Amino acid sequence: MQRMIVAGLTAVALLALSACGGAPSSGEAGAPSPTQTDKLTVVTHDAFTLPDELKAKFADETGLEVTYVAPGDTGTLVNQLVLTKDSPLGDVVYGIDNTFASRAASEGVLVDYESPLAASTQEFAAPQLTPIDFGDVCINADTAWFEAAGIEIPSTLDDLTDPVYKDLLVVTNPASSAPGLSFLLATIGAKGEDGYLDYWQALSDNGTKVASGWTEAYYTDFSGADGKGPRPLVLSYSTSPAYTVDGDTSTTQALLGTCFRAVEYAGVLHGTTNEAGAQKFIDFMLSPEVQAAIPENLYMYPVIADTPLPKDWARFAPLSEVPFEVPAEQIGQHRDQWIRDWTEAIG
Amino acid sequence: MNPWGWRVAWLLAAAVPLAFLTLFFAWPAASLVLRGFHDGDGWTLSGFQTVFASPRTWRAVGFTLTSATASTLLCLLLGLPGAYLLYRTRFAGQGALRALVSVPFVLPTVVVGVAFGALLREDGLLGWAGLSGTPAAILGAMVFFNYSVVVRTVGSMWARLDPRLEQAAATLGASPLRVLLGVTLPALAPAIVSAASLVFLFSASSYGIVMVLGQGSYSSIETEIWFLTTQLLDLRSAAALSITQLVIVTLALWLSSAAQTRTTASLRLQPDSATSRRFDRRRDWAPMALTLGVTVVLLVAPLGNLLWLSLHRGDRLTLANYSQLASDGAMGTTLWAAGRTSLVTALAATGMAVALGMLVSLVASRRPRSTSARRGLAALESLFLLPLGVSAVTVGFGYLITLNRPPLDLRSSLVLIPIAQAVVALPLIVRILLPVLRAIDPRQLEAASTLGSGPLRVLLRIELPHLWRGLGLATGFAFATSLGEFGATSFLARPDNPTLPVLIFRLFGRPGSETYGMALAASVLLAGLAGITMAAAERLRPQEVTTW
Repeated sequence: MQRMIVAGLTAVALLALSACGGAPSSGEAGAPSPTQTDKLTVVTHDAFTLPDELKAKFADETGLEVTYVAPGDTGTLVNQLVLTKDSPLGDVVYGIDNTFASRAASEGVLVDYESPLAASTQEFAAPQLTPIDFGDVCINADTAWFEAAGIEIPSTLDDLTDPVYKDLLVVTNPASSAPGLSFLLATIGAKGEDGYLDYWQALSDNGTKVASGWTEAYYTDFSGADGKGPRPLVLSYSTSPAYTVDGDTSTTQALLGTCFRAVEYAGVLHGTTNEAGAQKFIDFMLSPEVQAAIPENLYMYPVIADTPLPKDWARFAPLSEVPFEVPAEQIGQHRDQWIRDWTEAIG
Repeated sequence: MNPWGWRVAWLLAAAVPLAFLTLFFAWPAASLVLRGFHDGDGWTLSGFQTVFASPRTWRAVGFTLTSATASTLLCLLLGLPGAYLLYRTRFAGQGALRALVSVPFVLPTVVVGVAFGALLREDGLLGWAGLSGTPAAILGAMVFFNYSVVVRTVGSMWARLDPRLEQAAATLGASPLRVLLGVTLPALAPAIVSAASLVFLFSASSYGIVMVLGQGSYSSIETEIWFLTTQLLDLRSAAALSITQLVIVTLALWLSSAAQTRTTASLRLQPDSATSRRFDRRRDWAPMALTLGVTVVLLVAPLGNLLWLSLHRGDRLTLANYSQLASDGAMGTTLWAAGRTSLVTALAATGMAVALGMLVSLVASRRPRSTSARRGLAALESLFLLPLGVSAVTVGFGYLITLNRPPLDLRSSLVLIPIAQAVVALPLIVRILLPVLRAIDPRQLEAASTLGSGPLRVLLRIELPHLWRGLGLATGFAFATSLGEFGATSFLARPDNPTLPVLIFRLFGRPGSETYGMALAASVLLAGLAGITMAAAERLRPQEVTTW
């Protein structure tokens, strides 16, 4: 009987192995011709949220049965789409940002779509993608801390390496955090490809702490948020001060000279079986109701220019007039190398 | 049933869990790894050259091995006295303490990061120690997570050791220390080895702890695989590292399996009530002091801190975080909906994992005479432990390229979440149930056969009742693991139906007092749910078990 068990186990194991053998060539399906279905799968980044009423309205108006999946941050999201391009995860994607946009386009993950509603959004144009919202990733300061310490709040990237601000800043790791990658790009935009690592070395020498993610930095190390940590400077968003309002002032402020502009896009996935539904979803994201809901739900600025903003935003969440920029093609070509180099030098 | 019938039955019993493991673990993981060895034109091993030429890889391998070994040793050192105290003595408050030590096991890393981070940062309660971002912080969190694995796995065995052997040794003049080293610990060795191998695998494959508490300054094989896969999609290097991870895990399992074979002796197990004795201050002060110390520093401080924070908004002491979470909900869902999703998912996962785990344990506990058959069974057992040692990201990304067409197009299906959790819980169940079955005295089985009991009767009257005793603990652990599972779940997350850990993660990802407060409150509720589950599982064990 024991021999039988062993023989049986071997047979099952062999079956398993033969099943694995065929795997690398999986998915020669290519792009099936668009057939109309009433199902739509929307793939988003893990911070996506919209009010239930809006989602229900979209489903009602289009008659589609919509499933939302959220497999990770923008990098994880794009890489999953690249991995599955022969057999796509869904029909439409929202949440690819400009740090990964060129990768999505160059890997053939998307098909073209130009929304009739996207007219006023030329400034963020990216191949095959429709911009939905944008915002700035900036250093935030705890204003009360600086007032109490009698130190002037820093305003530029160079200020952050000044010994006056020693041990005051916490940022996030570009290898594991999306805002961290944005800030890395801000330093590359400011200091150039040859200078950014020296700048980071100076930051490091000045006691800058690198946390693994936004939550740890903002809620554990930063003094201006509810976690009441020890450091009064943190990497966050230009809109974050709108959520630390106390009475008629905010206890934090974004340093608008340290920002990188992040743009979030939507796109129709190559190989979708419901191209029309996917296009409708992109139009939906550009509709006035969704655009108006974006600030309070996604903490970003709506891309359609005349959308009303929450009343606090004009005062507490202004955009930077001089964000640092790095051309998308250049990000696409060098992103991985920059992260690796940064990790070797600083991480 | 005739002997042939039994052979077929055992084969089937092995085939069902094997098929499950193949479909939902081996095939997806192997497919992703194989992609890394295929560069479009043909097969290549270039990933190994790149990866092993980098000093970073060697640092990661070294860190993985040292941190997992140190964590295993520390857990044993601290956990064995805890197992004695919580399972061999009786005192008031013991039940609560047993439940408390298991709570960390289910907490998602983001919660642990917040709980520990607030303690360790410069101005925190333990800030004076300067541990923030050091390997000591990582090690502390690994022990925080795995302490209960040792306490419970070893404790439940200890509770049932026949005290007469120890008593005999003591009567013959052996000192208490000698009894412990010469009689008790050797008898517990299989459970100790079992617990140690689990702790090693959990520690070696922990992603969040190393990332969050190491603050990016330390990397392990697991964090390298995550980085290469999710951020760079460098499957070639990731595959080479996955193979390295597999080799290390296989070696560890082989070592533990060898140690287990050498140490397993049939034990006379007792119902626990017969062996536990009242707490005696003179005799038991040392384990009590150590266990209380561990509990206060590693468990009460971070968990109490979490509770304290959750009761505040701004500087005010308030229940607002809880009431708002309960009434308004957040992120397009309510607390009740997320709680229900979590419970239903965890129940489904536990059901699958327990059913399959029982089958695997029964098959692997056969006692064949031929060596090759015994080896085959040992291999089968190890096979089911592999999911603990293989990266969740490898399995998660593997699902995307394998379960992608009908009838197995499960990628956006809610069914895949409990399945992924069951894959993670299954090894734990096997590791808890097998030592119990192996400890059955073969003479008892032989006596039953000689007296005319057929295999079915032996199974029903002797083996199943024994299995039943381990089942409460196994179910509790499986349920708690599923409840807190975040790694695999996060890749399959559905924003409209989040589990509690996913909801907590999303709440902690946004600015504002309200979301932060609600995230804390939800974390405390998850911890409470875990404590209650474990306490209930403890009571689930039936008393009417066969004794002799």
